[in-house]
Amino acid sequence: MTTTQVPDTYGRFGSFGGRYVPETLMNALYELEEAYDRYKDDPDFLAEVRYLLKQYSGRPTPLYYAERLTEHLGGAKIYLKREDLNHTGAHKINNTIGQAVLAKRMGKKKIIAETGAGQHGVASATVAALLGLECKVFMGEEDTKRQALNVFRMKLLGAEVVPVTSGTRTLKDACNETLRYWVSHVDDTYYILGSVTGPHPYPMMVRDFQRVIGLETKDQILEAEGRLPDVIVAAVGGGSNAMGIFHPFVADTSVRLIGVEAAGRGVDTDKHAATMTKGTPGVFQGSMSYVLQDEGGQVQEAHSISAGLDYPGIGPEHAYLKDVKRAEYVPITDAEALDALQLLSRKEGIIPALESAHAVAHTLKLAPTLPKDKTIVISLSGRGDKDVESIIGYLGGDLP
Amino acid sequence: MSTATANAIDTVFAELAARGETALIPFLTMGDPDLDTSVKLIAAAEAAGAHMIELGVPYSDPLADGPVIQRASERALRHRISLTDCIGVASKARAAGVRMPFILFTYFNPALQLGLERFFGLLQEHGFSGVIIPDLPLEEDTEVRGIAERTGVHLIPLVAPTSEARVERIASKAKGFVYCVSSLGVTGVRSDFHAGIDRFLETVRRASSVPICVGFGISSREQAERFAGVADGVIVGSAIVRQVEASLPPEALGDNALTEAGLAAVQAFIADLKPRKSEKA
Repeated sequence: MTTTQVPDTYGRFGSFGGRYVPETLMNALYELEEAYDRYKDDPDFLAEVRYLLKQYSGRPTPLYYAERLTEHLGGAKIYLKREDLNHTGAHKINNTIGQAVLAKRMGKKKIIAETGAGQHGVASATVAALLGLECKVFMGEEDTKRQALNVFRMKLLGAEVVPVTSGTRTLKDACNETLRYWVSHVDDTYYILGSVTGPHPYPMMVRDFQRVIGLETKDQILEAEGRLPDVIVAAVGGGSNAMGIFHPFVADTSVRLIGVEAAGRGVDTDKHAATMTKGTPGVFQGSMSYVLQDEGGQVQEAHSISAGLDYPGIGPEHAYLKDVKRAEYVPITDAEALDALQLLSRKEGIIPALESAHAVAHTLKLAPTLPKDKTIVISLSGRGDKDVESIIGYLGGDLP
Repeated sequence: MSTATANAIDTVFAELAARGETALIPFLTMGDPDLDTSVKLIAAAEAAGAHMIELGVPYSDPLADGPVIQRASERALRHRISLTDCIGVASKARAAGVRMPFILFTYFNPALQLGLERFFGLLQEHGFSGVIIPDLPLEEDTEVRGIAERTGVHLIPLVAPTSEARVERIASKAKGFVYCVSSLGVTGVRSDFHAGIDRFLETVRRASSVPICVGFGISSREQAERFAGVADGVIVGSAIVRQVEASLPPEALGDNALTEAGLAAVQAFIADLKPRKSEKA
């Protein structure tokens, strides 16, 4: 396959991406792009980011051979890239460290962020505390209820949590509200966007900060197996952990890249977040990508048991990888994710986040179909502690 | 194609300039409270002295809008108002005797899903003179601009106090008028404008060969008059939409007397916004 250099100067990944935002924000996006261009290869900047990833977040995260799960499934060897072992419990901090260090270099004292499950909000509040920045996190009112623990965690870290009551009161409208706030405070505020979504340069920049997942995985699997993995599986909502682990392997065409999206109660119901399976190209929140929308172009409400996947859009580079057939995207239902979460907990002593459980669930289907000399790497993007309360709600308090 | 005919926006501005008057351009969210009432509201706006009008298409994710227009959009979307419904309102208003130019205000995605050629075809068919797409900056508008020019519908661009060097590039390509955003932020009523607003408007004026209009946050005649001397028109959105919300609640719709009273209240509100004749030379 030939991959052209993406994105181009318009922030285009093929026909996807771009900058579809109100004029008020355009210069702020250029300022951000110029700052990122200046610092992305700057040795001091990179040294500071690397130092914090290592000494503060605990990188590199292990690539763990899940032997009991592998034996149970009787097929391909399964490795888990343990992003759940990062400080704050998910891959989100890779990006917030990078962007907060950048914000500081740009002389910004205030940061804002959107959050769905609360993981990106916590990761933003954390780096704000670490670097002495003022932090406001916008969160759908519905999500503040589903993820009350994370709301309190952000407040403990000194951040202000702003409940969003417009629209669907979930991640989609938290993003809208953060952008609106940014339009009003663009003079002195840095927006730490949490996924590979939004207007250029965010999809590219967040990808670059998350690439550490894939770069480490490559070194680690070569050390463990002496060759590249056959398959990489990662959950996609906006798609940041998936893009982070996929990107360093995009040119290695022997490696199958599989993004797993939330099918909620099923892709044939109206309660799902399967943007690639059921969506169509459109412009949403600053970029052209696949979108869950009605025939009139109104964006639809998404549904998933996982607040982090409950999003009707997806990053434009994923849309590009799908269209050039470099990556595949498959749906997993709420019920399948819950089963996978329980199985991984019991076989490996690891409770994954509901988001990551979607990637595990697809692997449960795939691994038995592959011979034992094949390897699969799952991006275990986060830990499940934050979800325990909602899991109790689904399973009932009483497990067999 | 009727590109040879003068665009009605240009004609109205020329007439106003000759009389030394400032354009009053109200904004209404279509389908709030329902489509029939939207037609009556447009007629009421003209009777109140509006010179042209923005017809707003309700959208699920109105990034550039504040709470008032968000609520109006949500109300309209509850009865599944579509982009084509909104465009169709223009013909109904014409049939009801409205003569002022129509400008459609829509986010990009609904137009994209309809198909850009079909979108502009409908704008032409239903007598629109201009279109404003708030999330389509210069960098993304090449295709739209081409079709707009071919169909004779003015693509009216926005400039913001943060546009700086972009003002020149945007204003020099503008058709109809340049929409100057008065302050940082989303649409909505506010008491203060961006500190450098007058210098900003002068910059736009110098770069532009078409009229300049100010919007975002204008809610009273005092504010309208404040800009009357430096701009060719003022756009009032949220303040009017808020008046519609207050005067025409859903329960008023079934009741003729309440509807008439509500329409009269909105008409009086718009009439009161109209700047008195400015001092412009």
